[in-house]
Amino acid sequence: MTDTKKSAAASKLDGALAWVDDRFPLTSNVKAHLTEYYAPKNFNFWYFFGSLAMMVLVLQILTGIFLTMHYKPDADLAFGSVEYIMRDVPWGWLIRYMHSTGASMFFVVVYLHMFRGIIYGSYRTPRELLWLFGVAIFLCLMGEAFFGYLLPWGQMSYWGAQVIVNLFSAIPFIGPDVSEWLRGDYLVSDATLNRFFAFHVIALPFVLVGLVAAHLIALHEVGSNNPDGIEIKKLKDKKTGIPLDGIAFHPYYTVKDMVGVAVFLIVFSVVIFFAPEMGGYFLEANNFVPANPLVTPAHIAPVWYFTPYYSVLRAVPPILNSQFPGVAAMGLSVMVFALLPWLDKSPVKSIRYRGTLYKKWLAAFVVSFLVLGYLGTEPSNIWGQFGSWLGNAERATVVARIATTVYFAFFVLMPWYTKKDKTLPVPERVTG
Amino acid sequence: MKKLLILLAILPSLAFANAEVHLDKAPIDASNHESLQRGARTFINYCLNCHSANYMRYNRLLDIGLTEKQIADNLLFADGKVGDQMKVAINKGDAKKWFGVAPPDLSVEVRARGADWVYSYMRGFYRDESSATGWGNCVFDPVSCKVSMPHVLYELQGVQAMNHETHELTLIKPGRLSVAEYDSFIGDLANYMAYMAEPAKQQRNHLGWFVLLFLGVLLVLTYKLKKAYWKDIH
Repeated sequence: MTDTKKSAAASKLDGALAWVDDRFPLTSNVKAHLTEYYAPKNFNFWYFFGSLAMMVLVLQILTGIFLTMHYKPDADLAFGSVEYIMRDVPWGWLIRYMHSTGASMFFVVVYLHMFRGIIYGSYRTPRELLWLFGVAIFLCLMGEAFFGYLLPWGQMSYWGAQVIVNLFSAIPFIGPDVSEWLRGDYLVSDATLNRFFAFHVIALPFVLVGLVAAHLIALHEVGSNNPDGIEIKKLKDKKTGIPLDGIAFHPYYTVKDMVGVAVFLIVFSVVIFFAPEMGGYFLEANNFVPANPLVTPAHIAPVWYFTPYYSVLRAVPPILNSQFPGVAAMGLSVMVFALLPWLDKSPVKSIRYRGTLYKKWLAAFVVSFLVLGYLGTEPSNIWGQFGSWLGNAERATVVARIATTVYFAFFVLMPWYTKKDKTLPVPERVTG
Repeated sequence: MKKLLILLAILPSLAFANAEVHLDKAPIDASNHESLQRGARTFINYCLNCHSANYMRYNRLLDIGLTEKQIADNLLFADGKVGDQMKVAINKGDAKKWFGVAPPDLSVEVRARGADWVYSYMRGFYRDESSATGWGNCVFDPVSCKVSMPHVLYELQGVQAMNHETHELTLIKPGRLSVAEYDSFIGDLANYMAYMAEPAKQQRNHLGWFVLLFLGVLLVLTYKLKKAYWKDIH
């Protein structure tokens, strides 16, 4: 091509862009959200998981669309249609494993993303709403995972749903009616499967995508936090108005996130191609037995990402013969994250400038979360019993009760220990 | 009274010890097509009379080196077609009357219980005159050792007896196969059932290496790209 031809083509493209820009704010949006959205330049490892969560969401939606083409939401056909996908649909096994592994990996990246928010104080002013949208996404994701897990219609699908829906019966007065209303039947049945399918493939994905959009709009309004927990917008270049410690999201963070995507896909592929069951944590063995309302499995355990809360449920003893306190504690253990912006009274945001008191509490919280998560995968008699000096109590239950107490104490006592904590002076500029 | 208390105290531990059943390691080798073919023949000849494998098609056996003609000539009965699924004619109601429970579909049995379980179970039958079928199996139910399925292969294995003290099985009447032959016969069956539970597994593992290779190259390229863009950021 000659130079004149080249410039003619370029000016044609400019003309097309101008034509669009007169009718739709394309260039201004690309600028606002990518090329002129300035993010702190000191993002570290923990900052990969937001974009990764978004990629997994897209993967789940795409693979989900293809699964929906072959899956049958019918109690007689569901289990067989999943095996049909695994065997007779070209590349069906790959699509299904991407979706089942994607579900677990979604929680992996979201948990890491949330942990990032906690350690760097990303929920603090002015990012409270951003955090609340995030908590709503997390709740929505849990619902999405729960509804989706019924669809393969195996024994764990069935009895897991039975147990969780029955939890609602513990609500005083209206409980039994609520759980019947949720199931659409007196027990989990074809009616339940059909409505869970509707929730899983349209209702919740719709809400999820909307919430993710709100999360991003809020983020781009207030700007990203960073590992130092300082506001880069406070110090701007006098001439350009660009934050001194800010760099354009595109191209800097788009190319950086691509590295994260490559690493993530390697981990993701190792699971998909070499360990799709992940030793029973991603796909449970008992779920390869078709749902049978007449045979209750000896051990019903939720998938790993729900186990910390399930442990909380089991740890709280019934009061006055009612399971409600346990159910309430479980609900609270998930919802309590929403209160973080108002519980944290520290003058600093980032863990880098907090004192040892906060760090000890955070460590205790992480340990209790992991212990609860592990115990939730096992039957409560896994560690045997204490002697008669403790009323022969189950060891695992006692440990779960201690861990539950620590879990809630992390939140309840936060206003106290964050105020008392000795913090370090915060720098003006980011420290890399 | 004191003795009773002691007994009650150790009872849970006894029950626990009893519930732990030792499983023998099944000789699984998905690349051994001869073993898979022998296992397929055993499965179709012996298991597929009562148990279905509804999600498995006969012509999937092309995967393990059989030809359509071999499948049609040797493994299909009557007017079956090679694209058919491995269904059985047994009536579920009848089966329930005869055995007390309808024989489960075995397509994904290995994914539910594991190949070691199948391997141990099929070698775990022993003579139990007190049961309805005359057979017991502690692999199936470690607590009661009751099982609804009779020992279909007893002519091949022979008859075993269970020493309930030591939990050891001894052959009291030899069958047509020696112990080693029977073990390898069941090993082939377990191997086939493991293949049948997930026919795409071989392809999955094979493809995985190429995907990882591709992603490894992608990682290097993206890393270099990032370095190039970020060289002016300090």
